[in-house]
Amino acid sequence: MKIEYVNPFISSTIHTFETMLHTNLTAGKPQLKTEPFLTHDISGIIGLSGDAKGSICISYPKIVALKAVSRFLGSEVKIVGPDVSDAIGEITNIIAGNAKKDLGGLNVSISLPNVVIGRAHKITCPANIQGIVVPFASEIGHIAIEIHLKTV
Amino acid sequence: MKIMLVDDSNTMRRIQRNALEQAGLADIVEAVDGKDAYEKLSVTEVGLILLDINMPNMNGMELLRAIRATDRFKDIKVIMCTSESEKQKIVDAMKAGANNYIVKPFTPEVLKTKLMEMGILK
Repeated sequence: MKIEYVNPFISSTIHTFETMLHTNLTAGKPQLKTEPFLTHDISGIIGLSGDAKGSICISYPKIVALKAVSRFLGSEVKIVGPDVSDAIGEITNIIAGNAKKDLGGLNVSISLPNVVIGRAHKITCPANIQGIVVPFASEIGHIAIEIHLKTV
Repeated sequence: MKIMLVDDSNTMRRIQRNALEQAGLADIVEAVDGKDAYEKLSVTEVGLILLDINMPNMNGMELLRAIRATDRFKDIKVIMCTSESEKQKIVDAMKAGANNYIVKPFTPEVLKTKLMEMGILK
């Protein structure tokens, strides 16, 4: 996967968190996704199709997801429920939707978001699509995005 | 003026509602997708729609075309509010009859500015 396909997702994540969650993210170094895979508590996943296939996943520890959603909504959220699931899905949708316009002219469609809620879950993808993991640090904690993308 | 918020995300509708109420616009009705919106339009007089694109059942572009093809809805103003930010998507929406376009992520100030541009807010 070209680094040019990773940077739009990094920029979009930073821009979305800054604009609507009032949170500054600092991106760490992108890394190839290898075993042992990271574990997460809450993940928003969107499928990508068209000139490129794969998925984008934004993952959080539970406490960070609650803080992120609280900032997104502008009111404190203390429990993981339907509101959190919906908010995480929408954040993922915004990030993916914004990023896809900068994929070097690739015509890509995004799916509706799915949200996985489960302590210490892992995200896996088909073996023939290499994943890239980008960690982010912020004042609300750490998040990670995983980009699985293969041009058709 | 009654404003309809059309988005499959309850969170986004809540954010839009908060921004509108901050601007003094509190006469709001919500719809979860294009089909729900079209049904509600049949029984509710609406002056402005904030319209997402990617939704199940009937998406935003399908609803926009349906609204513009229906004579009694022709005066409804439509602001697309979507993460779809490619230039062609914006062009397609404006050609299909949208009055304005907001790209997510957005701030309440952006929404307010668009409403002022359209003469809905002073």
